[in-house]
Amino acid sequence: MNLDDLEELAVKYREEQGETDREVRVCVATACHSSGAPAVIEALEAAGAEPAADGARRCKVKGVGCMGLCSVGPMVAVAEPGADLRESDLYKSVTADDAAEIMASARSTDDATVERLHCPNDMPFFTRQRWIVRENSGIVDPDSFRGYVAVGGYAAMVQALSEMTPQEVINEISTSGLRGRGGGGYPTGLKWSTVAKMPAEQKYVICNADEGDPGAFMDRAILESDPHRVLEGMAIAAYAIGANKGYIYIRAEYPLAVERLKTAIRKAKRSGFLGNHICETQFNFDIEIRLGAGAFVCGEETALMASVEGGRGHPTPRPPYPAESGLWGRPTLINNVETFANIAPIVSNGGAWFAGIGTEKSKGTKVFALAGNILNGGLIEVDMGMTLREIIFDIGGGIPEGKAFKAVQTGGPSGGCVPDAHLDIGVDYDSLKTLGTMMGSGGMIVMDETSSMVDVARYFMEFCMTESCGKCVPCRTGTYQMHGLLDKIARADATHADLALLEELCEVVQATSLCGLGQTAPNPVLSTLRYFREEYEEKLAGSR
Amino acid sequence: MPRTPPATQVRVVTLTIDGQALSAREDETIIEVCRENKIPIPSLCWMDGLSIVGACRLCVVEMAGSPRLSAACSTRVAEGMQITTNSERLQRYRRTLVEMLFAERNHVCSVCVSNGHCELQWLAQTCGVDHVRMPYRNHAYDVDSSHEMFRVDHNRCVLCTRCVRVCDEIEGAHTWDVMGRGSDCKVITDLARPWGDSDTCTSCGKCVQVCPTGALVKQGTSVGEMVKDQQFLPILARRRHIR
Repeated sequence: MNLDDLEELAVKYREEQGETDREVRVCVATACHSSGAPAVIEALEAAGAEPAADGARRCKVKGVGCMGLCSVGPMVAVAEPGADLRESDLYKSVTADDAAEIMASARSTDDATVERLHCPNDMPFFTRQRWIVRENSGIVDPDSFRGYVAVGGYAAMVQALSEMTPQEVINEISTSGLRGRGGGGYPTGLKWSTVAKMPAEQKYVICNADEGDPGAFMDRAILESDPHRVLEGMAIAAYAIGANKGYIYIRAEYPLAVERLKTAIRKAKRSGFLGNHICETQFNFDIEIRLGAGAFVCGEETALMASVEGGRGHPTPRPPYPAESGLWGRPTLINNVETFANIAPIVSNGGAWFAGIGTEKSKGTKVFALAGNILNGGLIEVDMGMTLREIIFDIGGGIPEGKAFKAVQTGGPSGGCVPDAHLDIGVDYDSLKTLGTMMGSGGMIVMDETSSMVDVARYFMEFCMTESCGKCVPCRTGTYQMHGLLDKIARADATHADLALLEELCEVVQATSLCGLGQTAPNPVLSTLRYFREEYEEKLAGSR
Repeated sequence: MPRTPPATQVRVVTLTIDGQALSAREDETIIEVCRENKIPIPSLCWMDGLSIVGACRLCVVEMAGSPRLSAACSTRVAEGMQITTNSERLQRYRRTLVEMLFAERNHVCSVCVSNGHCELQWLAQTCGVDHVRMPYRNHAYDVDSSHEMFRVDHNRCVLCTRCVRVCDEIEGAHTWDVMGRGSDCKVITDLARPWGDSDTCTSCGKCVQVCPTGALVKQGTSVGEMVKDQQFLPILARRRHIR
């Protein structure tokens, strides 16, 4: 199969979808799903089954992926087929009772909308974003293989298989400057070429979907909205490095994402886009799902591989790195969901196109999950280098109830808090590091003036303590002791000696822990101490 | 044409440890070279003859040119490496790690059967831990005396997993494993059944001999009476290796 054959297929699938003037798209990702989207779909379909007036527009109800504004779900978009969010009439907080009204307005030939539920599509939340990873999110039906192909899906894979050598694929990825979206920011092209150069009969590709940071839900939304995009990225990676087997390690707490992935894998296999002789070439690639049983540490690559192998999810010392000796001792490529979701557009549009977006050392876009005390909570995708202030106040709409901003926590339990004074820094891997935090997987928890920074540090330390696997001494006992000290400080029971001991423990745990989880566990404490030390000291004052 | 050494031959490298120039086979780890040359590095989970886990972190060393510390047990030597094993910073870290181990469980030496023959006690002495600055966890753990010859006292366990590895790798029984997470980890026999009911345990006692503390002991020992044979494992492992 070549690109022309695929295009023919896409045309066929588009025609199959039938004559539709307008699509009534309902978000069916977890956030909207839990606030009542299934009932909305049912009601809309019932309303759509009613006979329409003569000359009315032909409408079709469609379940689609996440539209981003999760805080006011369920979201509904009424749009021409192929139009994106900015070209749609958006409705927020829709209930089943509103279905008839929305359907009537969608059918009517004038451009009237249901004012009561209307959500402006020209607000900065939508206009300031750039969708690469989330290109199809909120547009295609995540359960439809044909829907994905109809919007140009799998074109990158077919292009790679039919027109490019593995080395050319790796070159495009290297040119793009893409860095790992799981948090570390390791150059993806370099990782791929390292695994590709390993002489081995058997290699593996693993997609790390064990997203566990509190307040982060980017990967879940990607998998729930556009699962084929991730499969396509993995298949291209497998072709580039010479693997024939892939695993998606996903946490069992994401049942909807697991279901959609299973459907996607099944449908792709049935259509010959996964499995043996993919698209009639000599390339074989099969993907299996492995469920994580809820251990944060299993997002660490060596622990993840141990878990895939069926062992206890314990990290092991590196080197050897997975690229050299990974799953069952074979060279293994591990990338995060969002990294794989970036691959197809890079291959289609070329690495140079991607390298034109973002900052000097961090290319492309990044998906962030906005959570906490923020008006527009949800998922956004913005260019690297956008300032935190723009993200929080323009896109996020600022702090609700007229309260003042205090800090934003990025990078989950491995990251730190950024205060107001540093909000004008452009977000990329390196700038966040200089602020004592990190990009992490993309969670942003915004806190207003009422939040106590000691409580924040204690919360994250408690998280690290309960999620420590217990293998190495500093992480296992250090997080326990640090949590005890933070608790003591929060209760205003602590002395200056306790604070000094806390700082010393931070240093020891950071320097001596075995894996990234332990090495970064003190970061929330260190960063809040750096910017909000007075809050700690106030708590000490009474007990000198 | 450059001469390539035969594939089976391991190369020898030279490195500097604490200012001392040393030679080592390139498949050796830093801790092995230190042990050979009588350079003291504290360690707990590492044991000659068992696989490496890098869990206790007591053997961390500084390596010139690397911002991070490396565990001597899990780092292979390389040509020109410059290692510092005993800086003031490392000593301070090790003291804190030993303190944390003491505070984690109920290590009360005066009433322990291993008093005077305990590696944790010895580590505290060599690292200069004369008091523990953090609060003890004071969590009460079980003591399992169901086995006719041995006893496990989880209150004394440091989770070094030597018992797990010796049982799996040397005896081949895999009776021991770890369950739980964080500080609540526990070594267990079979699927957390009493040791005496274990179907897999061969009662060989290797786990008792390798246990660094008074966690795994012989039945019928009283305070200070449990003396372990530190040398059997290296001898056994070497014999196997030769065979």
